[in-house]
Amino acid sequence: MAYDKFTLLRSTAVPLPIENVDTDQIIPARFLKATKREGFGDNLFRDWRYNGDNTPKADFVLNNPIYKGKILVGGHNFGSGSSREHAAWAIYDYGFRCVVSSFFADIFKGNSLNIGILPVQVSPEFLDKIFLAIEADPNAEFEVNLEKQTITIVSSGESESFDINGYKKHNMINGFDDIDYLQAMKGEIKEFEAERIY
Amino acid sequence: MSNQANTLFDKVWDAHVVRKIADGPDVFFIDRHFIHEVTSPVAFLGLESRNIGVMYPERTFATADHNTPTINQHLPVADPLSANQLKALETNSLKYGISHWGLGHARNGIVHVVGPENGITLPGMTIVCGDSHTSTHGAFGAIAFGIGTSEVEMVLSSQCIMQPKPKKMRVNVVGELGKGVTPKDVTLYIISKLTTAGATGYFVEYAGEVFEKMSMEGRMTVCNMSIEMGARGGMIAPDETTFAYINGRDQAPKGEKWDKALAYWKTLKTDEGAVFDKEYTFDAADIEPMITYGTNPGMGQGISRNIPTSEQVEGGKSTYDKSLAYMGFHENESMLGKKIDYVFIGSCTNGRIEDFRAFASIVKGRKKADNVTAWVVPGSHIVEAQIKEEGILDILTEAGFELRQPGCSACLAMNDDKIPAGKYAVSTSNRNFEGRQGPGARTLLASPLVAAAAAVTGVVTDPRDLL
Repeated sequence: MAYDKFTLLRSTAVPLPIENVDTDQIIPARFLKATKREGFGDNLFRDWRYNGDNTPKADFVLNNPIYKGKILVGGHNFGSGSSREHAAWAIYDYGFRCVVSSFFADIFKGNSLNIGILPVQVSPEFLDKIFLAIEADPNAEFEVNLEKQTITIVSSGESESFDINGYKKHNMINGFDDIDYLQAMKGEIKEFEAERIY
Repeated sequence: MSNQANTLFDKVWDAHVVRKIADGPDVFFIDRHFIHEVTSPVAFLGLESRNIGVMYPERTFATADHNTPTINQHLPVADPLSANQLKALETNSLKYGISHWGLGHARNGIVHVVGPENGITLPGMTIVCGDSHTSTHGAFGAIAFGIGTSEVEMVLSSQCIMQPKPKKMRVNVVGELGKGVTPKDVTLYIISKLTTAGATGYFVEYAGEVFEKMSMEGRMTVCNMSIEMGARGGMIAPDETTFAYINGRDQAPKGEKWDKALAYWKTLKTDEGAVFDKEYTFDAADIEPMITYGTNPGMGQGISRNIPTSEQVEGGKSTYDKSLAYMGFHENESMLGKKIDYVFIGSCTNGRIEDFRAFASIVKGRKKADNVTAWVVPGSHIVEAQIKEEGILDILTEAGFELRQPGCSACLAMNDDKIPAGKYAVSTSNRNFEGRQGPGARTLLASPLVAAAAAVTGVVTDPRDLL
């Protein structure tokens, strides 16, 4: 799937200071029945966001109009559990382009990069600063610069750099994906396959 | 590389790198690809939109499991969305020449149960599937892990994915397991010690006497849950136990091919002196039958212990309080004697024949507790047949249990098998996340023995008292 190019994102952020947010919370299994990749944003955090009768839960952050933006800020170990890419689709479909945490589960991180969401891993201390900045001002802006690999709290100018694999960075900046790359090396793959013992 | 001491993981990984990308991932070749109805349809749509085909259809195997009902499988699937996904799997498999074990097929079942039992899973392979419990296949000394749908599309179109090489961890469990302590308890114990993020970024090799003596089915249970401590996968070096399990299975190599494969498999072990990025050693004598009290698989403990206080656990107090509030539990309470409503035996973690033998060993001569609804769900049709042949069905029936038909069932509750809100389920599956077994469901993860003890007493019970 093609996705939007990612270079520089300046946005307010939505805080979700909970640890071990698993992908079953991001999108519960009963919403995985579609055969097309559309509409998953409606069910993002479904059971935290809505009551059983489909009325919004007032105390959940996505239902609080003072918080908005293209950046979701989660607690430590974000995206653990199931490998369902639907979790990343739901986050993207809802409108987020970047998730910030002090630690990401592996498969979630890979899925995000594959569909155009930038996972930004910061230190626990910087994560606290981000949460405090949002708490002080829900309209606080953050700047994520993929080229420079930095995230900045705009009001204070405090900044931290983050890691990203060079290949993935190149892909995100250009909106390329892995399938294009793999298609271009089919000859090499064929030679490799011919040597397999099974 | 030949002069250097290598780990089992290095040997298998390095043998599958087609190309190394500077400052990038490896182009990693996949020997076996399993697909199911939930995470594959969008990948096939991707192929169509790019107008590309499946490069090696014979390396992909399709089975229906996540959405399938566990009763009346001969009837059309009632839920139209589930039926649509199952149909898409069938249509796509047929279109691209992928072998497909749909609902009702004699070899149908949960993907991680049918791969090994049909000899599709072999040592030294790389195996992926759009399901995190693909780590199960590591029990054979394979590198096996879960992938996302974009990667499913990559494998279909090129038989490769782009993968940075994880770091290496070894987890040793030495000594002898006590009475009533099963492989499920071993894995829940390790996860409780390492936490759900403790192995993130690592691939784990399990080593030591406990795993050497363990059956293949037990090893599969352990490797299955590697993902629950964040690991990309877990693996165990293949040995005589492995070879004996594989020999003669439907799709396993035969004759000369067997000899050639066996010679290769015998090289698949970690060399003396090989270095791991992290290593842990646990004593088997410290492991009790385990049970979880919280909302992630790391929140588990010996069944006779009290629930820890927030001061005793790592992480934020608010997250811990939220978790206990969801479960309706309190700090410092005993788990023993807690009334339960449901018991689920099955899933890719504990849906193999050995698990039903264990369950039946406690059920035999007893009756199901009146307050308990029990879902007894084999992992495959082959397991279902074994349950009948071995007389386990008779034991279950006499005790008041009904056998259902194979599938993922209440493990992730995508079908009708949902635990109602607020109810407690002792579950042999792998996840106790909020809402995992149905909105509001409260899951206590445990071994088949603990599940059986709860099923016959109606409360959380130490199985050692009933053995």
